[in-house]
Amino acid sequence: PKQWAVLKRDEECMKLLSAMTQVVPPILSVTPCRALVDEKFKVLVENLPPGCPVTVRSLHHSEDKDDWEAYGHYVSDHSGVVSVSEDLSYGGTYTGKEPMGLLWSMRPVPGSRPGLRLRKMNVCTPMLVTISVHSGHEGFRDQAPLASVLTERWYMAPGIRRININEQGVQGTLFIPPGPGPFPGLLDMWGGGGGLLESRAALLASHGYVSLALDYLGFDQESENLEFKYFETAFNIIKDHPQVMPDRVGIFGLSLGSLVAVTLAAYSTIVKPCCIVCISCNHYYPARGSTVTSKFEGVTRWVLSLSARVNEDNQVIWKDVALEFITDPSNIAEVGRINCPTLLVNGCDDQNWPTVETAEDVARLMREAGKEHLLSRLAYPDTGHLIEPPFSPHFRATTFVMRSSKEKVILLWGGQTKPHSDAQEDSWRKILSFLQFHLYCGPNLKAKI
Amino acid sequence: MDRKQCCVKLSVQPSRGLMDEKFIVLVQNALPGSQLTIRALHQCEDGHSWEAFGHYTADTTGTINVSEDPSIRGTYSGVEQMGLLWSLRPIPGSKPGLRMRKKNIQTPMEVTISVYQGHQTEGFADLVPLSGVVVERWYMAPGVRRIPVTEGGLTATLFLPSGPGPFPGLLDLWGGGGQLVEYRAALLASHGFASMAIDYLTSKFTMETGKMVDNQYFETAYRVLQQHPQVCGSKIAMIGLSFGTSMTLKMAIYSEVIKLSAAVCISGSHVQPVEGSVEEIMGFFQKNAGKTRFNEKNEAIWRDLLLPIPTDPSLKADVGRLQCPLLLVVGEDDQNWPAQESALDIKEMMARAGNSHLLTVLSYPNAGHLIEPPYTPHARSSTFKTVEIQEKVMCLWGGQTVEHSRAQEDAWKKILVFLRENLYGGRNPTSFSHL
Repeated sequence: PKQWAVLKRDEECMKLLSAMTQVVPPILSVTPCRALVDEKFKVLVENLPPGCPVTVRSLHHSEDKDDWEAYGHYVSDHSGVVSVSEDLSYGGTYTGKEPMGLLWSMRPVPGSRPGLRLRKMNVCTPMLVTISVHSGHEGFRDQAPLASVLTERWYMAPGIRRININEQGVQGTLFIPPGPGPFPGLLDMWGGGGGLLESRAALLASHGYVSLALDYLGFDQESENLEFKYFETAFNIIKDHPQVMPDRVGIFGLSLGSLVAVTLAAYSTIVKPCCIVCISCNHYYPARGSTVTSKFEGVTRWVLSLSARVNEDNQVIWKDVALEFITDPSNIAEVGRINCPTLLVNGCDDQNWPTVETAEDVARLMREAGKEHLLSRLAYPDTGHLIEPPFSPHFRATTFVMRSSKEKVILLWGGQTKPHSDAQEDSWRKILSFLQFHLYCGPNLKAKI
Repeated sequence: MDRKQCCVKLSVQPSRGLMDEKFIVLVQNALPGSQLTIRALHQCEDGHSWEAFGHYTADTTGTINVSEDPSIRGTYSGVEQMGLLWSLRPIPGSKPGLRMRKKNIQTPMEVTISVYQGHQTEGFADLVPLSGVVVERWYMAPGVRRIPVTEGGLTATLFLPSGPGPFPGLLDLWGGGGQLVEYRAALLASHGFASMAIDYLTSKFTMETGKMVDNQYFETAYRVLQQHPQVCGSKIAMIGLSFGTSMTLKMAIYSEVIKLSAAVCISGSHVQPVEGSVEEIMGFFQKNAGKTRFNEKNEAIWRDLLLPIPTDPSLKADVGRLQCPLLLVVGEDDQNWPAQESALDIKEMMARAGNSHLLTVLSYPNAGHLIEPPYTPHARSSTFKTVEIQEKVMCLWGGQTVEHSRAQEDAWKKILVFLRENLYGGRNPTSFSHL
């Protein structure tokens, strides 16, 4: 009987809502309506009947033409308001008080092809997200939305310049903040997924760093030495730029990109990064004479040839096989040689690479070399391998195409959506403050005062 | 190069905002106690440059927050979060009588905000700033649709909010300068009102025939709006500024076709020949052109043309017959129209008729005639050409910049709340708290 009363009330409420909206619809607002992808917004619904069940939903049509959505179930208060920043979501793709849940909990709509990953390749245009409010909870998609607004999420702040780089053999994209400069610089590298991802470099430029998103896989460098030179040349392109402070250039790498970061910091006699950020750190650096690219190919072929762990969902787990590789000390980079502040960020549920063990190992080696004071670590429970800027959706497993064989596998990255998203938000803030401290303030400056 | 100078960090949040949204300008990493100048620079569509600046002192953490710290002097002083926008004025050496109005509202207004060493007052073009950012200010929210309207001989533009609707409607009228002025309607659509900006003085019809439009023109606009599938036909309001007020009152009171849910009249008057056509009303004002005064700067003061407020009822729109809520916005230093005197008379007329519960008056000391959406520069006078007078004249609008800018900010918020209340039937609107 109690449930019946509640049901009936909901029904009445929805009828009332339906009647009201013929004349006067609810008012939906998203503030700000244009923002950077790492900025928060407030989603507010007003003019609803009191105590009314509604669903607030986000919808994004990706560049790959897939639809992504998130939604939360809410009940309006006595004044007819639902505030996503302050109210609890009772269910949906996220629950609880989650101001940004409509973004980070996005996943492909039911019926989509499996293993999708959301990445914006064109960073000159914003990511468009439609936020809408619907009547009721169950079956909310059956009717047209009561109201909807469009919000823009930008990677590039106004005035940022994007420049294609193709010089001295180096390929990538350079992002320069507006203003006279000079600015600190960053060499930005993604992981073994390949392709040139500009999103993070564009965002870093929006925070005041001249950033070079480097394209480094697929070049088939002839030798390790030549490849090393490639990275050093890329670093120097930033360092020598007239708007860059030459002694304030750092390196930012994720996964395989972090391997480049640690090896440059440890071995280069030509470049001296001011600091490095390594997300999901990889320090696997066996037998000299093989390039990063071929090391990567080697690992992937090895992993697949060993029919390395595939779970019950047919998702490939590289972590355990890779763990065997890195237990041999001759297979790892001599991180004790690093002489600059280093930030390691990793997820404890990383299923793609043994980053937990790697981070421990790096800490041990740096401690043994008396460099412990240079190291900071962030490790997040239930977080996977792909730790990206905040509010981007979490993917536990996605399709991965082997570069050489074109074979498609589903790779397990790990992580649970909510803790992983919290980790993205927390780590990004801490990364920015680490970069600001070392690249904007810095010990040299303090000495001058 | 001095390394200390390189590290000053300037940020403006949000870097992309609507024209009526506030932002926070933050300087960090400056030398504690250092003197800095924060400056805004904007090049408008006509190619003229506008600037504003404030002098600040960094605190012990090397920070300046414009929304919390006072500007010691500049084009604005004191704690003025948005001073860098509303105190913009043409750079030294510019042509006199400029007024900033954006014609193309599909692109943002771009403002460069920079920070300079020391307290600078001039010669910014020759100085290298410590840091600079670009800020975009938009009249249109994402998803707002702009639809030119030519149906029924109209020269108008409809702005529809994003979403399925239906939305309450708004007819938006400007004053005696004519043209199709879109920016306020675009901004109102960004707040959820299907808004139609109407050119009723220099429409295609008028330009081709030389004749002024008649009452039917406004009724056609109303019908087009009312019949639009995404407009709530029973919830339509009208907003007029200056001569647009005359039209708004005329339609609100006398039209058999137009049934308004609310009316907003800014810087206008109810003085007009009742039952007069647009042409006749214009003619009525022209007749009194001899009452034009000129101040010491030879700026034209037109407020006397309608004074004294007539006692003859055939010369005043009968506001006692109004059946919808009316919001009057008045600048007490309006030198162009006798808005304050008119408001007083309107109040009396409505009290006598028993409908004064419909009236709200917002009256602002030291605000001038051009009470527009907030954070654009105040023009105390500017060159102006009405459709009647063929040459440009330097027109005195009135207002003192600081009070006028505050009035714009306050009036806009209250106009939005008034429209929300009467068109959406809303309770406790919270979404304007960021404005």
